[in-house]
Amino acid sequence: MNKPDKENINIEIKLLLEAVFLKYGYDFRNYSQAHVKRRIMHRLSVSGCENITQMIHEVLYDQSFFNKLLLDLSINVTEMFRDPSFYQALRQKVIPNLKTYPFIKIWHAGCSTGEEAYSLAIILKEEGLYDKVQIYATDFNQLVLKKAKEGIYPINLIKEYTYNYQKSGGLNSFADYYNAKYDSVIIDTELKKNIVFADHNLVLDGVFGEMNLIICRNVLIYFNRELQDRVIKLFSDSLVHGGFLCLGSKENLRFSKYSNNFLDVEKNEKIYKKVAFVNESKSV
Amino acid sequence: MRKTKFKAIVIGVSLGGAKALQMILSALPEKFPVPIIIVQHISPHSDNYFVIHLNGLCKIKVKEAQEKEKAEAGTVYISPPNYHLLIEEDGTFSLSIEGRVNYSRPSVDVLFESAAYAYGTGLIGIILTGANNDGSKGLKKIQEEGGLSIVQDPKTAEAESMPKAAIAATETDYIVPLEKISELMIELCK
Repeated sequence: MNKPDKENINIEIKLLLEAVFLKYGYDFRNYSQAHVKRRIMHRLSVSGCENITQMIHEVLYDQSFFNKLLLDLSINVTEMFRDPSFYQALRQKVIPNLKTYPFIKIWHAGCSTGEEAYSLAIILKEEGLYDKVQIYATDFNQLVLKKAKEGIYPINLIKEYTYNYQKSGGLNSFADYYNAKYDSVIIDTELKKNIVFADHNLVLDGVFGEMNLIICRNVLIYFNRELQDRVIKLFSDSLVHGGFLCLGSKENLRFSKYSNNFLDVEKNEKIYKKVAFVNESKSV
Repeated sequence: MRKTKFKAIVIGVSLGGAKALQMILSALPEKFPVPIIIVQHISPHSDNYFVIHLNGLCKIKVKEAQEKEKAEAGTVYISPPNYHLLIEEDGTFSLSIEGRVNYSRPSVDVLFESAAYAYGTGLIGIILTGANNDGSKGLKKIQEEGGLSIVQDPKTAEAESMPKAAIAATETDYIVPLEKISELMIELCK
């Protein structure tokens, strides 16, 4: 048999993603191609399969093989207070506005293992807001959601998290927010009480209503432009008028069909505000 | 010399990269005929000072690569800190926060591998100075897909392990001293 050429590999990848969607309902068909290809080729090289077509068979008949592929395709790299300057801007530009509401709903989409949701909880607590918020932290991956709920992290990361926390404008000692045991730390249960970790798939699921703030960082970078537009519309529809949307530092709304629904609040940190009256005709 | 018309150049560089990139890029004309895409190992906390500095120094336009932006001729794109940079088959950039590869994010291997798929025989890969072995797998991939490989002569590198590793991993087409690299790039892309 000849070495598969680029065209055939791309066809096989499409078929594999189709099989994953039809069998398990996870839809990676509109993910950035280069990323998906890289992750699939990685799984191929460690799987013992001879080619991608053989992987399709494994995916269909062996759920544990699919579970591994699912972890390959969903990137769950995160840290507490990732990009400290973002959290500083959140404190300065968004929190004062949130303080004017009697009750605040926040959606953290793509929360992965929870580090950034707890970072947010810490800020809200320090700003005296935590008791009037409800945070919905969502991800499509059950395994990471379970870890997020547990809130247990390796102790060797704490040094970096403490550095990030301090740089983000933290008011207390970072050690106030966790308990160390052996080689792990567990997040203070107080921080968990107003966070609901829930299963939600941005590609397939619908609106989360009446949010005051949506944070979704470093998720859109994996989507193609079409899918990015779908998700930005979903966010726009889920926000109250004047609600805030925060994206990752290298993501932006500039190329989106729905960019007119939002105003810049802090350009460098990708913090946006939904404008008071969205021209609905544009978003049909 | 080959008949292929080249469509893009990718460059991987680590320790000693500031000086090497300044020398190479400042010698290129404003209207260089293909896009140049660079992964440079830098601290995850660094700002874009170096990109601005290079842009001021060079005739050719230098900027940070943005996600979904299309790589155009006559422009040098540098990977943002703390993200992997990939190039899609339609010539647009993707970013990823996937874990470090060869202890690096951005990783040269990640860019080179995606570029090898995207540009095939139309790609030139260049490995410059650096104190690790990131990029050698990627350069091999470029060669497998029919692209051309260039490595800085380790004797002229501030840190020689990255070019040495690349030479060991590939049948390198050109091993050239630092001061000759821009000349070669211009010649190959004429």
